[in-house]
Amino acid sequence: MLRPSELIISRSLKITNQIVTNPLKIRNYMEHVVIIGNGISGITAARHIRKQSDKRITVISAESDHFFSRTALMYVYMGHMKWDHLKPYEDWFWKKNRIELKNAFVSQVQPEKNMLTFSSGETMEYDQLIIASGSNYNKFGWKGQDLDGVQGMVTKQDLELLEINTKNCKHAVIVGGGLIGSEMAEMLSTRKIPVTFLVRESSFWNGVLPPGESEIINNHILEHHIDLKLNSNLREIVSDENGRVKGVIIEETGEEIECDLVGLTAGVSPNIHFLKGSGIELGRGVKVNRSLQTNYENIYAIGDCAEQHEGIGERRPIEAVWYTGRMMGEVVAQSICGNPMQYNPGHWFNSAKFFDIEYQTYGWVFPEPRDGETHFHWKHQDGRKCITINYQEETRKFVGINTFGIRMRHETFDKWLTEERSVDFVIENLKQANFEPEFYKTYETEIQQSFNKHQPVTN
Amino acid sequence: MENNLSLTGDVSRSLSIPQKLATLLGISGLFILVLASFNLNFPNKTFWLYTSLSAIGIGVIWFAQATYAHKTEGIKNDQIWFKSITNRGVLGWITGVILTGFYIVLYFYPELLGLNAEGENTGLISLFDPLSNLLSGNPASQWFVYGTLYTIAILSFGVKFIWKYRHNKYERLRTFSVMFFQLSFAFLIPEFMQRLNSENFSLPYYDLKSIWPLNYYNFEQYRVDSMINAGDIGIAMLIFGVISIFVITPILTYKYGKRWYCSWVCGCGGLAETAGDSFRQLSDKSQSAWKIERWVVHSVVVFVTLMTTAVIYSYLGDDGKYWLNKTTFLIGVAVLLTAVFALVMIFKRNEFQKDAKFGAIGYLAIILSLIGFHFLSGDGKVFLFEAEALRSTYGVLIGAIFSGVIGTGFYPIFGNRVWCRFGCPMAAILGFQQRLFSRFRITTNGGQCISCGNCSTYCEMGIDVRAYAQKGENIVRSSCVGCGICSAVCPRGVLKLENDSMNGRINANEILLGNDVDLMDLINQK
Repeated sequence: MLRPSELIISRSLKITNQIVTNPLKIRNYMEHVVIIGNGISGITAARHIRKQSDKRITVISAESDHFFSRTALMYVYMGHMKWDHLKPYEDWFWKKNRIELKNAFVSQVQPEKNMLTFSSGETMEYDQLIIASGSNYNKFGWKGQDLDGVQGMVTKQDLELLEINTKNCKHAVIVGGGLIGSEMAEMLSTRKIPVTFLVRESSFWNGVLPPGESEIINNHILEHHIDLKLNSNLREIVSDENGRVKGVIIEETGEEIECDLVGLTAGVSPNIHFLKGSGIELGRGVKVNRSLQTNYENIYAIGDCAEQHEGIGERRPIEAVWYTGRMMGEVVAQSICGNPMQYNPGHWFNSAKFFDIEYQTYGWVFPEPRDGETHFHWKHQDGRKCITINYQEETRKFVGINTFGIRMRHETFDKWLTEERSVDFVIENLKQANFEPEFYKTYETEIQQSFNKHQPVTN
Repeated sequence: MENNLSLTGDVSRSLSIPQKLATLLGISGLFILVLASFNLNFPNKTFWLYTSLSAIGIGVIWFAQATYAHKTEGIKNDQIWFKSITNRGVLGWITGVILTGFYIVLYFYPELLGLNAEGENTGLISLFDPLSNLLSGNPASQWFVYGTLYTIAILSFGVKFIWKYRHNKYERLRTFSVMFFQLSFAFLIPEFMQRLNSENFSLPYYDLKSIWPLNYYNFEQYRVDSMINAGDIGIAMLIFGVISIFVITPILTYKYGKRWYCSWVCGCGGLAETAGDSFRQLSDKSQSAWKIERWVVHSVVVFVTLMTTAVIYSYLGDDGKYWLNKTTFLIGVAVLLTAVFALVMIFKRNEFQKDAKFGAIGYLAIILSLIGFHFLSGDGKVFLFEAEALRSTYGVLIGAIFSGVIGTGFYPIFGNRVWCRFGCPMAAILGFQQRLFSRFRITTNGGQCISCGNCSTYCEMGIDVRAYAQKGENIVRSSCVGCGICSAVCPRGVLKLENDSMNGRINANEILLGNDVDLMDLINQK
């Protein structure tokens, strides 16, 4: 009996047998696609390649045997889930779909030889290579950044280290106010570890969020008994006699805070150290064109580690977001399966959760309105819900929306952005975009009234 | 703020002092009941009964207050997988063994609880006599004891659940609903109805919301006779029992999905959602468990259909008081089942997996051939077995062991919906309709899913919700009871329970929203 793979090939042989002189040779040869990294980008690519082709697929990771949801690592520490719950596919899935998994660390890539070398010295050949090695947390050369008890929160190993580092932890300091920082603060607070949260900016994440929203999150962080210190940079991390952290010094005040743990959450950068000197063009990340191809035709890079030569639209050249990693995986699979595609993402969207407050965004909302744009901001009196709509003042074109504490329907906003609806249309039809659970109180009327009040009187 | 200074472990996992006191209070209430079971003679039964029940109820509510009141509104699943009771630890197993033991005694050795067929009750049951006398005017039975404790559990753990999900109005309303139906329909009304009974008028004990086939004994002869003899009220109840399953249920399930029953009305569901809430994460999410579930639960439907048919058949035609005779009844059952099968196969055959088709055809063939067998053999037995043998086997295997001993006793081991998922024939029938003919679905929000797994983990029915959400596919599953917790625990606002049009209810997306419009079209059109 033929296995499905052979079936497909023998079927294609029927069509091409006039050209192919040695069918046996073809029959035995299967193109080998090797993917470095088993995160959402690499795994999405692998799944879509398998759906469309019969190529041999190998996924390499030194982090974990199986694909897991990185965004959910925090829930394991908090006791909401166990490690196995993080795996979106049961372990039999990979064998059944003939996706080979290899737990190994790639130490070298030789594009001229189409060959990888592992840290064990073992080698592997590929026909096509997809680099999806993700990112790692930033260290900005702080004194003491490599001490015991200083760590980031990106990988499975970071999670395991955090378990060790927080045994009998009396005080923790988190450096860097972004989503991971807030998540780490939430994680530690569930273990009743007092946290000081050093944020460089004058308000939480205000490089991304408009002031009203940023303030809601400031207050919410304080509500969770986190000692939020704004306008505070890290000067150095202080060591005890055993090379373990015993405190940090704040740049602005010179104040020393005693702690047993320092969380470094000041952003992430592409994890591409192993590619240095390989000949693959690197910038901050792996440089790719719009087809996600590197300077080698058969080497692609996707996800957090890929860097576009120029940002697409309003997007940054490096997009370290779950959804963009997934989209790049979808695209690269098409290209590899003979359907060349460019990475051409649709309307921007994203979401997050800060402690108890959910955040969603569709289209573009900048912290300060750009030229010709203006913001409409509505805030609920409970201080936990708000929306900000960004629109063009003159044409009244709707540009984007941020919502906090209110769920909105992705499909509806995607449609409205494509149709280039006006802000007035969006406000009037906001109910259609509501995605809150049934029976929830709705705020459309209140928002509409506030919007009308906010508008300058015409005629 | 508490410092994490404990040398032996983690202070966040231990109970606070109010939590400990509340636990102590609740356990002391239970301890009074245990003492009563060992025939300790309480001087003032009324006082000790109410003291015990209050201690249990207040203990639970106090514990909830101490656990949730000081926290901000939001999801409260911290430490669940670290705690012995909620992570199949020692405490979980001990609780499971105690509960299982209680159910075994309740169903099979009620005399240990003090039930006396002749003469006065003793022990635990006699402790409940004052309350039973107050409500129905009769002494207590083991079922009254069970019903009282069941109601207290739903009410007190209902308060706990509401406290935990106080930010979520869907959960609050749903929980008020199950608390109301348990207290009134399941507990008080049937007791009060007993007061209407006299020498020449008697209604069976009837929890009106308990619908056949969950209430598998509803059409047994003693009940049907009693309803017929009770005149208009009785006949109305009998008719209500029939239209409940054949008319009311399909309409409500079409409009709202099976949740209108399973997580808003049903007593089994009520207990699972309140007292069982702490164990919802223990349900098995594997694909193999799903396969087992489908075979087992549908086999129970076949069993209950055969059993009920045999039981009704056995007493029809005994005397002139039933307007159905044996033959008409059997033909009626055969026509109904064939009609359902034919309609489904004509309109919905594409929605069946191969094994489901085999199962449906096989089971229909078995039922019809057994009915045909009756007309050929004519030895008074239908389906090869005596009706009574079928009835008592069903009662012991499904009614007692599956729904009680395993279904509730194993909460801390297999999760809180084992019975509803693997055993309940009512849930299977409603689910069958929900999957094929209902406006209900859980909508997925475009491309926002991050595959975190909270939804799957906290699905008490063991549905791998994430598998759908990460494909941008709506969740239309027969087993979904619409508890709404997947939507509540989702950190990115991806899931929404909705009733909407039947069109486009099920939609798998190869490429998710947010990507290149042309690519999405190209792939999804294939």
